[in-house]
Amino acid sequence: MKRTTIALALVAAAGFAGGVQAQAKEQFVPANFYWVGPYAPGGSGFGGGIIDYMAMLNERDGGINGVKLTWEKCETEYNNARGVECYERSKNKGSTGATVIHPLSTGITYSLIEKATADKIPVISMGYGRTDASDGRVFPYIFPLITNYWSQNTAKIKFIGVKEGGMDKLKGKKIVNLYHDSAYGKETIPVLDVQAQKYGFQITHIAVPHPGNEQQSQWLQIRQLRPDWVILRGWGVMNPTAIKTAARTGFPREKMLGVWWSGAEEDVIPAGDAAKGYYAAGFNIPGTHHPAMKDILKHVYAKGKGEFDDKSRIGSIYHTRGVVAGIVTTEAIRVAQAKFGKGKPITGEQMRWGIENLTLDAKRLKELGASDLMQPLKVSCKDHEGGGAVKFLQWDGKKWNVVSDWIESDQSIVRPMIEESAAQYAKEKGITPRDC
Amino acid sequence: MLYREAGQFKSTYAEDQQIFPIRQDRIAVVLLLVVAFVVVPLVADQYWLSAILTPFLIFALAALGLNILTGYAGQLSLGTAAFMAVGAFMAYNFVLRMPWLGIIPSFILAGICAAAVGIVFGLPSLRIKGFYLAVATLACQFFVLWAIQRIGWFTNNSPSGVITAQTVEILGYTFDTPQSKYLLTLGIVAVLALLAKNLMRSETGRAFMAVRDMDVAASVIGIPMMKTKLLAFAISSFYCGVAGALYAYTYLGTVEPEAFTLDLSFRILFMIIIGGVGSILGSFLGAAFITLLPIFLNVLFGTASHTFGLEISHAIVSNVELMIFGGLIIFFLAVEPHGLARLWQIAKEKLRLWPFPH
Repeated sequence: MKRTTIALALVAAAGFAGGVQAQAKEQFVPANFYWVGPYAPGGSGFGGGIIDYMAMLNERDGGINGVKLTWEKCETEYNNARGVECYERSKNKGSTGATVIHPLSTGITYSLIEKATADKIPVISMGYGRTDASDGRVFPYIFPLITNYWSQNTAKIKFIGVKEGGMDKLKGKKIVNLYHDSAYGKETIPVLDVQAQKYGFQITHIAVPHPGNEQQSQWLQIRQLRPDWVILRGWGVMNPTAIKTAARTGFPREKMLGVWWSGAEEDVIPAGDAAKGYYAAGFNIPGTHHPAMKDILKHVYAKGKGEFDDKSRIGSIYHTRGVVAGIVTTEAIRVAQAKFGKGKPITGEQMRWGIENLTLDAKRLKELGASDLMQPLKVSCKDHEGGGAVKFLQWDGKKWNVVSDWIESDQSIVRPMIEESAAQYAKEKGITPRDC
Repeated sequence: MLYREAGQFKSTYAEDQQIFPIRQDRIAVVLLLVVAFVVVPLVADQYWLSAILTPFLIFALAALGLNILTGYAGQLSLGTAAFMAVGAFMAYNFVLRMPWLGIIPSFILAGICAAAVGIVFGLPSLRIKGFYLAVATLACQFFVLWAIQRIGWFTNNSPSGVITAQTVEILGYTFDTPQSKYLLTLGIVAVLALLAKNLMRSETGRAFMAVRDMDVAASVIGIPMMKTKLLAFAISSFYCGVAGALYAYTYLGTVEPEAFTLDLSFRILFMIIIGGVGSILGSFLGAAFITLLPIFLNVLFGTASHTFGLEISHAIVSNVELMIFGGLIIFFLAVEPHGLARLWQIAKEKLRLWPFPH
């Protein structure tokens, strides 16, 4: 007994002492995602995408200007404490430390804001996280790239407006916001309230407690309200449950609009036929037809590598979203290398410069083979979001079909709210906003 | 041979009643404190301090709180995380609304608020016991989280319900490095652990244990049931509340109400079951087991797959970790149902006889 304990302790100590040795000409990007638990489809899909894209660059181009990309997986379990532990573990690995962190959890992003800022490691919370971090003057190291929750929400209301035949038709309509009762779920309540006032629709917020696999009472309430639209702000198992319960209560799925964390294959397939006609927002277009995806298949999967054993997940929503994250990350590394020395690994601080000066225009996207995969992006010191447009997809029972063009968000609503909220944070924390 | 009290005579009552009557124990404890306060901050790197040791101390404090209630006073509770939440959110509000108060008084007041909530939800313990009481304390778990999520005042009307802990500053010194945060946590935990150790040797502690062992007999010998049980709830909740405040201020920095779910209550309950019910040391051992083992396993698998070049899917590895963790819990409970603290006690008894066991 005692001997086993000692052996166990020794092995464990060896585990801590070990780890990846630093090597020159390597750029380390931590892969702190989740492969277990109720949110594993999102974590493993997104993580798989970003790793597949980096592996493809290593195989096809030998990395970025000769600097190989390296990564190490760490299981966060979508749990804040574990996420912080993974962050602390990964931040000093590689020759220049962690380049950038993708927490893939709103909660972990919140926990990392101060730590990462102090350690000078950028956090990319692409499509999630703290919305007011879009104000780069107050949050120099936090990047809710492409579109934050509030921007997305204004695009959703615009989409509903289009479906109703004009924004003026929204007057008097009833919209229900069915949200996951967490920091993530509550994030859009203020922006919906503002829009409800502006357009004259009536908004009702209904919370679904975590994990959301029981929604009878919420849908009973929705049935009594008879709303024109239901915005589903769910995550994980809450999504198929909402769709199934909607079908049971007879609410038309064509009037249900999901956030992008409610719009993956994993969210609709378990609901079966009930999901037909359901809409969801997205900032990436699924499929394997994009040249970038074809390169991943050719250089990674054809060689027997790649993150997915289940080949049907290649090109899924989460996978392509991870690929988009990979593109954004590696392009920012490229920008930073151009400034601080081509062919040299960059530090987190240089990476921040890289992200802040990242411009992905239509031409660059075409070169990357991602024209159709994502929208053009232009990040600046002041604007840490950079994009802001959303496409809408509809599930036909087999696959997601794009049913709209890029719908621009309404920055006239979002930006003042972001600046106000960021200013309040700055005041609370005694931060002097940077001059941009 | 080394660990023997032969020749240590006690000539005064004070000597006889000290916390650690054996000299070797006293030396060991002093050494441990020196290591924890001086050596560790000098040697350990940032990762160890902020990701391993600080959360370990905080969970140990919460486990200690639950151990006072469940281990010593025999009242089963599933509301630990809720008491921690009260501590975290009230500390935030005290610092926010009364900044002149200072951090330590805010933590104490937050602990007192948690104690008040504990007393209210401890009232059912006067009528019900055992599993039924556990169910009643579940109500506390759900009610507290509900209140924090629904009432804007607690989170200063933060739209997402997340609070960001203010900077910790005591007498002009800012605790912003991992070392200083660790030392602050350690200081608070050490003081509270010492108080708990002494409390359990006092009249109050003995009354707790009498209630635990047989409450009818305890009331027959004149122990006031209501006062004792509610006091146990209050002290326990105070400890949990301070642990919650530390969780927000020295560990994560930002807290959302969802961090304090029933899941956390169960984890802390497992800590005291594995560590040892009714033992101060057990709270620390259990917290170490539950918080550190998953991380050890994770690192171990990472290293193993690197060294041996194994190409195992990470999803399988992550799930295997959970299985091994569960397996080890069952193993330790089967080997020693009284917890790791009991193993330590047995080791001590054997050491006293060593090297001549007969």
